[in-house]
Amino acid sequence: MDQKQFEDIVDKQNPKTPMFTNMLKAFLVGGIICTIGQLLVFFYIRFFSFTERTAANPTAATLVFIAMLLTGFGYYKKISQFAGAGSAVPITGFGNSVVSAAIEHKTEGYVLGVGGNMFKLAGSVIVFGVLSAFFVALIKTILVKIGVVSW
Amino acid sequence: MVKANGTIQFTEKPSIASTGVTVGPMEKDSPFASAFDEILLLEKEKNESYEEANTRFIEKACAITVKKGHEKMENIDVFIGGDLINQLSPTNFAARKLKIPYLGVFSACASSVESLIIGSLLLESGKASSILAGASSHHPAVERQFRYPLEYGAQKPKTAQWTVTAAGFALLQKQVKNAPIITHGTIGRVVDGKQANPLHMGAAMAPAARDTIERHLTNTNSKVSDFDVIMTGDLGKIGLNILKDMFTDEDCHVILQDAGAQFYGEDTFFNAGASGAGCSAAVFLSHIYNQLQNGTFKRVLLVATGALLSPLTFQQGETIPCIAHAIECRMEKRN
Repeated sequence: MDQKQFEDIVDKQNPKTPMFTNMLKAFLVGGIICTIGQLLVFFYIRFFSFTERTAANPTAATLVFIAMLLTGFGYYKKISQFAGAGSAVPITGFGNSVVSAAIEHKTEGYVLGVGGNMFKLAGSVIVFGVLSAFFVALIKTILVKIGVVSW
Repeated sequence: MVKANGTIQFTEKPSIASTGVTVGPMEKDSPFASAFDEILLLEKEKNESYEEANTRFIEKACAITVKKGHEKMENIDVFIGGDLINQLSPTNFAARKLKIPYLGVFSACASSVESLIIGSLLLESGKASSILAGASSHHPAVERQFRYPLEYGAQKPKTAQWTVTAAGFALLQKQVKNAPIITHGTIGRVVDGKQANPLHMGAAMAPAARDTIERHLTNTNSKVSDFDVIMTGDLGKIGLNILKDMFTDEDCHVILQDAGAQFYGEDTFFNAGASGAGCSAAVFLSHIYNQLQNGTFKRVLLVATGALLSPLTFQQGETIPCIAHAIECRMEKRN
């Protein structure tokens, strides 16, 4: 049996990825998380002295905190199996990746284990997040300088 | 003697005198559960690491095996074992406690049958009379080494398999009455089907399983229908279908089975089924062993399949090389 025949068999037996339903589930769960975020923004503006611009910080912190609790109690992975990218892309996914790694490496101690591995998965989010933020800021600065937009 | 192409014929009748299988709590719902010896906690207390737990599963399975074989631990000549954790630490640490001369083996999930082949060879050579051989895997320990942290929310595809928490060991002795004998062993070749998806091991391992089964059949002049069952270790549901499609023989559809595909029944939570060295070890040395002993099966071929990848190699873009080792077991008439 040559490679081609084998690959045909593999293709035939591979289950189809249900793209449409996966996207629909991701959209729903991602949308719900973002709606909760928006409600939190309203909450922080209404009851505390935050503005629309500054309310993003406590909102992100609250969402990450909720994600941490869900991760610790073992619910987040169940939500993720259903939602896929819907629960991975929002900031809760970031919280989940940090906390899951921290829990996992507790046996190796707090410094080398928890501290050293906490950002094992989230590290690349931070690196490329900072990098893309730098370039976006650079573009905006240039646009402001030549007078296309204002701050 | 070793025939060309890796099949060894055992003439001294190495027999499986007794077996011991310990599994984790997730495995108690398996269709094979009634054949397992003991269900243990995943972690005994909060400060026990998963790797320590893996060691505990091995120690317990070994103790059960030796007890059921009416043997004493100090009378065992050699302990052969393998697992999936780096440097085989769980098995090494179990050997520290067992204090038996020890050989650690690794061919991923095919370690179970590899250790049985080596054990049979040692018996055959006449240099040993009692061998303790087997393998184990522990789901959380394997998961964190090969994939993501346990609580990380990664969506698993339908092709993914669930590593079994189990340890299965066998006591091998020569010419034991009313015990299945190992007549042949076929040593696997490393086969690469150019598959690179670590979440679809069934497809990667199927070509290795086919290679070993075909060589075994050719070298022993037998055909698929001569066997009551040909059982692969952990191809999973999809991998088993791929393997069946690779054979043209009609008999394959009934006789070819897979321990991983059956391990968790039809529960879709486990996607394509079970995997791990503990999967083949647990099923071969409990369910299949019992069927041989009570005479339901007379002749079986057990093919443990292993994917020889590491987290490093697949990130470096390597394909997944695989291996499959096989043993043929027979049950002679009871007397």
